[in-house]
Amino acid sequence: MTERIINILIQSFPKILVPGLLKTIPLTALAFSIGFCIAVVVALIQFAEIPVLRQVCRFYIWVIRGTPLLVQLFVIFYGLPRVGILIDPFPCAVIVFAVNEGAYAAETIRGALESVPHGQIEAGYCVGMSWVQIMYRIVLPQALRTAFPTLGNELISMVKDTSLAANITVTEMFMTTQRINSVYYEPLALYLEVGFIYLMFSTVLTKLQSLGEKRLASYGKR
Amino acid sequence: MPMLEIKNLRKSFDGLDVLKGISLSVEKGDVISILGPSGGGKTTFLRCVNFLEKADGGEMVFDGRHIDLARVSGREMREVRMKTGFVFQNYNLFLNKTALQNVTEGLVTARRMEKAKAESLAMAALDKVGLAERASYYPVQLSGGQQQRVAIARALVTEPEIIYFDEPTSALDPELTGEVLSVMRDLAREGQTLLVVTHEIGFARNVSSRVCFIEGGVMVESAPVEEFFGAPKEARTRAFIQAITSKEV
Repeated sequence: MTERIINILIQSFPKILVPGLLKTIPLTALAFSIGFCIAVVVALIQFAEIPVLRQVCRFYIWVIRGTPLLVQLFVIFYGLPRVGILIDPFPCAVIVFAVNEGAYAAETIRGALESVPHGQIEAGYCVGMSWVQIMYRIVLPQALRTAFPTLGNELISMVKDTSLAANITVTEMFMTTQRINSVYYEPLALYLEVGFIYLMFSTVLTKLQSLGEKRLASYGKR
Repeated sequence: MPMLEIKNLRKSFDGLDVLKGISLSVEKGDVISILGPSGGGKTTFLRCVNFLEKADGGEMVFDGRHIDLARVSGREMREVRMKTGFVFQNYNLFLNKTALQNVTEGLVTARRMEKAKAESLAMAALDKVGLAERASYYPVQLSGGQQQRVAIARALVTEPEIIYFDEPTSALDPELTGEVLSVMRDLAREGQTLLVVTHEIGFARNVSSRVCFIEGGVMVESAPVEEFFGAPKEARTRAFIQAITSKEV
């Protein structure tokens, strides 16, 4: 009995890990990168208090943060074909995760932008810099350092949230595990196994995060 | 023709008139101290002159160029700021940049100067304020007086027509004000045009060529330094001078 389980676990390990490396990680990396870019733009629009765009950003954040990620996935993947928009599972997951992450990270970055002492912006104007130059060279670098730990947490959350993509037929780690389980019916062992692999991924990211934080120790402070 | 002329500058915050039509004329090489009680509008005046606050009305003639202060465009603001320097009460150094990078930033980013050239100019500026050996330090590693001297280097490196100082020593320990004031005195001696909002009566008396007294949003008196301290015209100015000099005793 135990020998059978051990054999199943050993055989299934690479079968689960490979989609982890080929689907879960690329999905997370792509969605997080795009989401980060969305977040910076959305945060800057709010920080600059650009009239109409600012309202649009607030609306975007309100809707995305106020609805479940799973519902967002279903609306885009199962809902949009009704109006003739068909997107393949993987790109669909990338879009939904990116848009979702963008809303959360935008708030993180906006808070960090507001924590940068305002006098530096005035000083930037006084040496002749433009708003864009001041943001790019002075304010954003400081804000991103402040936001780094929170963004790291969000990245780790996203690794785990990608398991939701199984619901829109992306054959990532969790869906693969479900399929293996339907053959052998060892739910306890197999779901513990996939949980362990998620834990490994998260552990690596946590290590990278604390390394990053050390490297980014405040300017001039050790 | 004066290098900088401000005419009838007006500014209010939420219906409260902070500046009620202030005029000032600055010649090249002038060192002008602006004195007056706190809340009188000195700082607001200086901030309006460099567009950190938007004036409600008034005119500026700078370097032969005419500007309507209530309708100044972004481009005009930037063009004027390219020729001026500003030193803040709280230094406002860029915290993510070293002392050297703080000084080169305006040259490299705003003026598109080559990095090597900017760095040699910046080192000369830091040397002038006595901080060449601190070039690689970040602001948090510097004392208040050192930070303010870096801020002065940042302002003077662009060779501005005029440098504005907004209470440059007010945030400093008495021990540290001396090093900042002596840098300012050196600048004045070299003929740099300065407009200084200050509470340092000694600086006003010994370094400036002209002294203005602003109170209640009005320019109460503006006179050459000997006249201002020796024979002030306005009773209010006399009372103010008496109050601050008796404090020194």
